[in-house]
This record gives sequence, C-alpha cells and structure tokens, in this order.
Amino acid sequence: MSEIYNLTLCQIIEKIKSKEISCEEVTKSFVNRAGKSKKLNCYIEDTFDQALKKSKDQDNKFESDKKLFGAPIAVKDLFCTKGVQTTASSKMLEGFKPEYESTVTSKIWNEGANLLGKLNCDEYAMGSSNETSHFGNVINPYKNDKDLVPGGSSGGSASAVAACLTSATVGTDTGGSIRQPASFTGTVGLKPTYGRCSRWGIVAFASSLDQAGPMTKDVKDSALLLEVIAGHDDKDSTSAQNKVEPFSQKLKKDIKGLKIGIPKEYKIDGISKEILNLWEKGVEVVKSLGCDVKEISLPHTRYALPTYYIIAPAEASSNLARYDGVRYGFRAEGKDLIEMYENTRSLGFGDEVKRRILIGTYVLSSGYYDAYYLKAQRVRRLIKNDFDEAFKKIDTILTPTTPSSAFAIGENIDDPIAMYLNDVLTVPANLAGLPAISIPAGYDQNNLPLGLQLIGKPFDEHTVLNNAFAIEQSINFKSNFKDWWM
Amino acid sequence: MTITKNTVKKISKLSRIATNEKFEKNMIKDLNSILKFIEQLNEVKTDNVEPLASTVDQELIKREDKVSLMNKKKDILSNSPADNENFYVVPKVIE
Amino acid sequence: MSEKQFDYYLKGEKGEYEVVIGLEVHAQVLSKSKLFSPSETKFGSEPNSQVSLVDAAMPGMLPVINKFCIEQAVKTGLGLNAQINSFSKFDRKNYFYADLPQGYQISQFKYPIVGEGKVILDMPYGTKEVGIERLHLEQDAGKSMHDQDPNNSYVDLNRSGIALMEIVSKPDLRSPSQVGEYIKKLRSIMRYLNTCDGNMEQGSLRADVNVSVRKKGSKEFGTRCEIKNVNSIKFMQQAIEYEARRQIDVIEDGKNIDQETRLFDTKKQETRSMRSKEDAHDYRYFPDPDLLPLQLEEGYIENLKKDLPELPDQKKQRLISDFKLSSYEASVIISDQAVSSYYEEVAKNSDYKLAATWLMGELFATLNKEGKEISESPVSAKNLAQMINLIKDGTISGKIAKTVFEEMVKHDGDPSKIVEEKGLKQTSDPNEIENTIDKILSSNQDKVQQYKSGKEKLFGFFVGQVMKEMKGKGNPRMINDILKNKLK
Ligand SMILES: [Mg+2]
Ligand SMILES: [Zn+2]
Repeated sequence: MSEIYNLTLCQIIEKIKSKEISCEEVTKSFVNRAGKSKKLNCYIEDTFDQALKKSKDQDNKFESDKKLFGAPIAVKDLFCTKGVQTTASSKMLEGFKPEYESTVTSKIWNEGANLLGKLNCDEYAMGSSNETSHFGNVINPYKNDKDLVPGGSSGGSASAVAACLTSATVGTDTGGSIRQPASFTGTVGLKPTYGRCSRWGIVAFASSLDQAGPMTKDVKDSALLLEVIAGHDDKDSTSAQNKVEPFSQKLKKDIKGLKIGIPKEYKIDGISKEILNLWEKGVEVVKSLGCDVKEISLPHTRYALPTYYIIAPAEASSNLARYDGVRYGFRAEGKDLIEMYENTRSLGFGDEVKRRILIGTYVLSSGYYDAYYLKAQRVRRLIKNDFDEAFKKIDTILTPTTPSSAFAIGENIDDPIAMYLNDVLTVPANLAGLPAISIPAGYDQNNLPLGLQLIGKPFDEHTVLNNAFAIEQSINFKSNFKDWWM
Repeated sequence: MTITKNTVKKISKLSRIATNEKFEKNMIKDLNSILKFIEQLNEVKTDNVEPLASTVDQELIKREDKVSLMNKKKDILSNSPADNENFYVVPKVIE
Repeated sequence: MSEKQFDYYLKGEKGEYEVVIGLEVHAQVLSKSKLFSPSETKFGSEPNSQVSLVDAAMPGMLPVINKFCIEQAVKTGLGLNAQINSFSKFDRKNYFYADLPQGYQISQFKYPIVGEGKVILDMPYGTKEVGIERLHLEQDAGKSMHDQDPNNSYVDLNRSGIALMEIVSKPDLRSPSQVGEYIKKLRSIMRYLNTCDGNMEQGSLRADVNVSVRKKGSKEFGTRCEIKNVNSIKFMQQAIEYEARRQIDVIEDGKNIDQETRLFDTKKQETRSMRSKEDAHDYRYFPDPDLLPLQLEEGYIENLKKDLPELPDQKKQRLISDFKLSSYEASVIISDQAVSSYYEEVAKNSDYKLAATWLMGELFATLNKEGKEISESPVSAKNLAQMINLIKDGTISGKIAKTVFEEMVKHDGDPSKIVEEKGLKQTSDPNEIENTIDKILSSNQDKVQQYKSGKEKLFGFFVGQVMKEMKGKGNPRMINDILKNKLK
C-alpha cells in the first residue's frame, strides 16, 4: 500500500470504516507530511495537536454513519472557524478568533471530519496567484526551473490537496478561485450553483458571486464533499431551497447521449496552442463516450471579465468597509476617528485589496454609477441570457479552465490586467451563477497540469459531476511531481 | 473617463484609505488601466436590458420576530483592539 | 376659530418670508427583535448586551429580515393612506462612522416599501394636508458617546440594527406649529396601529428637519439645510425658528445659503454646521447583494388592510356623528388613543356632551397640573360617568359637581358616596326654593322695583343671592323658573 496521504478522501473513509486503518494513523500521516512541507507555505495556522487528539477519541468512539468520519481536513482561511484564527490572509484580521463557525465548515465537522488547519489564500480572496497574501505566497508542488504559483485565490488549498497535505478541502470561488488553482495544480475544483452552499460565516468578497465548493483529488471526493456542504441555510437569505441529492452515490460514468456544447467564443485571443489541443482532446474524449457535441455561441463572453471587474470590486468596496479597526482585527493609531480609519485601512490592507476597493468605490460613486455599475449589471443579464439560451439545446458546456498553465512567482504581479486575464474562462459561470468544475486533463510541454472545465445548468451539479467523472475515468490523469521541497 | 490625482484622493477619502505621493502615483497608473479595460463594456448595447443583481430566483427568506440571541458584552468585545469592558473605544469623534 | 388665518411669515428688512419645511421622521418599529438579526430591542439595557454577531458586523455575517417589521411598515403605510409597493428592494448606504459597524446602513433607496400618502392636520385655521413622499425600512445605528472621556468616544451597539421606518414628508409644512401638529398626528396614527411607541425621550421618534425660506408669494424653493436628528417637538420648533431667521439674515446680506447638514445645539438654542458630515454626501447606494427583492402579495396587503384598527381620522368622524362633538372637540379627544377610549367609556355611560366638557375641562386641567397621562388618571372613567349622571338627574348642580370632582381627584371616590357624606345633594324642593326666593325678594325691594322698571340685568343678582342663601345646593333650573314667575 502506498502512503495514506496519497489516498483519496473516499478511499480513506472506506478504510477507516472497514477498520483497515485508524483515524489516528490517517491524521498522523497528513500531519507528518504537512509538517515537512512548510516550504510550500500552504498553512497559515495549523491545528495538528487538536486534530491528533480528536482522531484518537474517534478511534474510541466510532460513528460509522458519518460521511466524513475521521477525515483530516484543512480549509481555506476565508471560512470562520470557532476559536481558531481566521485571517482571510490579511494583516487586517491577524489574530482574529471568531466566536462562531461557518455553516459550510460546521457541516463538515458534523460529518466527523477534523480540522487540520487554515490554508493560505489571496488576501480577501482577491488574486489569481496567491501572491497577495499577507502571509506570503504559496508554492505549487509542480515546478519547472522556477517556483510556480498555485493559482488563486484558493492557492493554499489547491497546493495542499495536490501535495497531499490535507485529505480534501473547501475553497471559495468568486471569479474562478477554486477552478483556476485546481487547474494549476492538477486537482479537482467545483464551484457549485450560486446559492447551493451557505455563505454564512465566510469572509465576504463579492456577495452576489461568492460560492464555497470542494477541492479534492478526484471527482468522487468532490461529489461526496458537495453533498455534505450543500443545502439551504436560514441564516443566508440568498441560499437556495433546492433539494440536495446524494451526489457521490449517484455518480455514474455512462454519459452516452449527453449533449455537450462547445462555445466558439471561448477561443479567446492569446489562448495557447497547448490549451486548444487539450480542449480538442476533451472533445474527442466525450465523443468517444457517446456524447453529442455541438458548437454553441455565448456572444457576450468577451465582456464577462470587464463586467466582473466592475461588479466584484463594487461589492467588495462595501463588504470590506467593516474592517475599520473598531471591533476586531488590526488598528493603527490616529489623532481622531477619521485618521484612525485611514491609517488602519491603509496599513491593514495590501495593494491589490486597496486597488479593488478604490475601483469599486469609483464605479459606485455619484455620476459614475449608471455608466459603470448599472451598465455591468445589464451586461451581466446578457451573459446570463446567453447561457439560458444555450442550455435549451445542451446539457453541459466543455471549455478549458485557464488560458495558460501555472506561471512563475512574480511574473504577473505588476500588471493587474494580465493577472485578471487568468479568470477569463471561469468568470462567466460566476456571473451567471452556474455550477462549474475543473478537472485535470493532461500536461503541457513543461509537464505542468492543465484543466478542463464543465459548466452546467443551475442546480444540475449531478450532471456536471457525472460528466466530469466519465472524462476523468477515461483520461486517467496521474499527478507526477516529485516531493522536491522536502 | 480618466482617473486623476484628485480622483484618487477623492475615492481614497471616501474609502477611508490614507494616501501618499507614491501610492497615488501607482494608483493613477493601475486604476486607469483597469478603467480602460472595463470600459470595453461601452461597446455593448444595453438599451432596455434589465440590470441583473442576483442570479437567485426565489422569494426573500423572512424570519419570525423572535429574540433568540442574548450575548454577553464580553463576547462581543472580546476581539476588539480597544474597549473598556462596556464600550468599544475609538479616538474622539468631532461632530 | 376657523376665521383665524395662517400667519407665520417672518419679517426681514426687505419684506416678508415664508418658511418651507420637510421632515424625515425616523420612527422605531415596535418589534421584539431587530430588523436583520434576532437580538433584543429593549431600551435602557446594559451597553453592548443586545448585540448579535450580525449587529457587530463580524466577518461573514449576513442579514435575514424580520417578517413582523415588514408588516409594521405596511400597516403604517396604510395608516398614512399611502401606496403600498408590492415590489421593494434593500440598498446599502455606504459611509463610515463609529456607530455604523458594517460601514453601510441597509436602507431602501430606489424602491421603498411604501410610496406616496397623506396626513391631515387640524389647525386653528382649518385643515392642512401634508403629503407623504415615502416610507422605507432601514437599520438604526449604534450610539456614540463623546462626553465621557477627553480623548475618546465610546460606542454602544445595542441600538445597531433596530428597525426604523423613515417617513419622508413633502416640503408642505410652513410653520413650527404645523410641524408640531404633524409629528403629533404621525405619532397618534402609529400608536393607534401599535407600530411605534412614539416615545421621543427614548429616541423612538426623531426627525431630520429640512428648512428653507423664500419671499412670501414666491413659487420657487430656496436652498435648504438639513438639521439632523432632532428628538423633541419643542426642539424642532426652536431649531426651525432659529434656522429660518439665520437663513433670512444670510439672504438679506446678499449671500447664498449653502446646502448643508446642521446640528441643533439645544443648550445654545442655535444650529451649526456639522463637520463630520462634510464629505458624507456620496453614499454610493447599490442593491444589497445579501438580500433579495421584497415582494408582497396582493392578498397579504388586503388582509392587513382588513384588520387595520380604527384610525384617528375615522374615529374623529365617528365621534362627531355619534356624539355630536364639534370638530375641535373630536380632534382633541382622538389625538391620543387612551384619551379617546376614556372618553368613549364616559360618553357611553353618561352624557356625551357633558363628558367632552368635563374631560377637556376639569380632567385635562388636573392631569396637566399633576403631570399625569390619562392612563394614570386619578378619576376613573366609570366614576366620572357616574358623576355626570348625578348632574343629569338633578342630584347635584354643575357647580357642586366641581366640589365633588375635587374630592374624586383626591381618592377616586364613588361620587354618590361623596355627595351623600358631604351633604352636597341638590335641593329640588319647590317649597324650600320658593321660601328662599320670597325672603331674598322682600329684603331687596328696591332692586325688585328697578328690575320691574326695565333693569333686567338684575335677574342674575337674584339668582346669585338665592344660590348663596341655599349654600349652592339649590336646583338652578327651578330657581330660574320660580324666580321668573315671581318677578312677572
Ligand atoms: Mg436625512
Ligand atoms: Zn434614515
């Protein structure tokens, strides 16, 4: 048997339940490996000691009905965890210990998983490379001659899953923050339908776009974790009432007859040849699985990113107003209240966060609201209409996840627009509120993983997962990095 | 539209973010390139298009008028960078 | 009364000015829990003891709306004869302040829950209609205290997130007394509906007062100033008087009024510009992405309308037709729901006209003197009704009744017993009255002569003398009748 940490979440739980391995052994395996992987900088804070203690207790008090029993799980540091520091990777929240637990993470612990720690991400989830974190950049376990970014904002989560430093994790996706890092690290990232998972207790970035989702080694793990974290929550007014299916049990690889759309507008300028080849490979795979592949048109695709970069900063500028140094977190001195605010927010936020707050403030300010914010909301409607129209004829949409593979640390940091372009293929699903998954589908010439994205109809995660599962089984992707950092 | 030094000062003030020469200089450059990028939307015809604020298509959830939470002030003040056991304390406000 | 004319014009060097006033009233919704969180709304609790994670704007917290607050707003809207909007939205009003934890207030900007309505005021010169522009729901802020520490301000978030109804009037008010009547009317409507307790000392009802002036006869509005958060009718009136005068002086100096936010200093009795609001004018309203639009079904509004209690204006009409009250009497009585209930109880069990006279006369005077509300009245409605019945059936005279009433005030006694014990019963024995009259007439022969030769004014003198002789207990009507006969 290979090491425990190499197993998938489902395999681990199965082995725990059949008493092949103990909860403690499992936790130890991940704790040891994570302890030796500090160089990747995935963890902001670990709770290894509590996890080990709890896993021992679990071995003594076996609860076999729990879906995640004994699984050690670290989460993105955007989820508030009771009594455990929650920072959103910002200096602003350094030392903040919430008195409460987010709905999504509560559901995970209720199913018997143990918190392993809090994973690094871009500051307030704003970034596509995990370089904006106050706690330093995360490193991708895949590497060429340089250290590479893991993608972002859930970069710590993606690297941690890829490098086997947690059995699985949950991230958040506002414009691609689960799928893009999944693609960069050869892992599976699912952004559910907006409203599927409660946002309660997750540090907000852009409320109408934020959605939590599983980040896992494979599709089956993704399905299992989704069925745990999904569901209506009375504490979130935007959370959906739709029924949650047992996704992991209903998973099947026979997708014969599924109608899959290929949006011609996703062949954006500057997309690499290798990405196009990967896409072509994906099309061949689904054809061979008996799917009916059609070209479709999503005419407003090219406006998705500009739309996103109005709406998300606008909402963020307001969501981040609460970080004012009064009730929690960082406070800088000031001779009066206003000066205290200004110093606190100037020193507490990093540059990217400040950029987005300022642009968000600008597009909402009087005289500009109609021209920018309202305009963006109208275009958002058109983007959603495109999908509604397309989904009358097809079941899922197949695209690449990212326009390129992982890039070197520092490569894009000085050019915000170049950085934003990372999300060009993922953002439309957020704007339309649709479920979308990224699965690893191959390598580029530098031996870096590349992902394919499947977008589904609202609340049709079931079909998206089946489709992903079938492709995954057919492609049989295997991670191939060496443990160079140890 | 162009973002000038005055714009940066104004929106920084509205956002309660202290500025300095260097910050302003960087922001003028960055914000203008973002602005140019988002202004691509001007190409899109949106007459008679209803703005879309949320993709959620359901009724607003409402709760009953019940008191279900009683906090102790120490809980609510526990994370505060400055308090005096009864109140949050902030530098003097001049009205 | 109705001949009186509206005459609130202020004189300047260069002519007369009219004052134009619009109010933004903030009325605290009567509810157990807050607008978007389940914490309590009680007044006067320990600081920061009614603060949920939502009210303190902890990271990741989300608002969930209180159903009852929506109902309260709709009812109030119906009470203001206003349009109820079946579609409304919550917006964020963004600004920074120590007592505003989220950095924004959830309010309704573009689509309020209640649209246009109107309120009728009874002024001494007739009725005055005041337009309502809108009513919307919003969160209250916390409370900052600036006077407890030389270097710091203290923040209490107990009030943070409590539901407020902001009721915006049209700029229809023209004098401090109209403003006073308007506030009283709103308060009375909301008290009838039980949607706001109207307690101004506790801050449940306060207003931003928009004031401008213009030359008498002018049709254009002047530039207005907004006086923030005034919490008593008296202060509103004082603030308006000061502010109008100040604006007239500025105009007559040939200068322009700056549109600005001002504060009324109750000690100095003057308004001054608010520094803290200088750059707060760009609120960057946008729809709150944490909430969905609020949709009300037609049936829901209809049901609330059906169950609406009788409102002050309706009650006034009913009192006028049922009890033949004058418009003035009726409007005084209905201004307070407790007063009107008291009145109705007395009127139903005695004589409605006398009930109004006694209530608005002796009882109001007593309450005023003792600083009491009608609910604390030393005389119960039952006993007052009984006393009025004693007048009606001739047991006591109206004059004696005053003595009885004074006794009742002391210990809410049963009026019949008081009459009995104090021997205050009226004499209606015709023989006794006739004897007394004879006695008075014979000892005043000269006056009798004068009367008979035309000095009819002396009739009152004879009545008085007889009454005096009978120690006030003679039946006044019989004295009148018999005396008239004798003097023929
Ligand atoms: Mg106002
Ligand atoms: Zn207001």
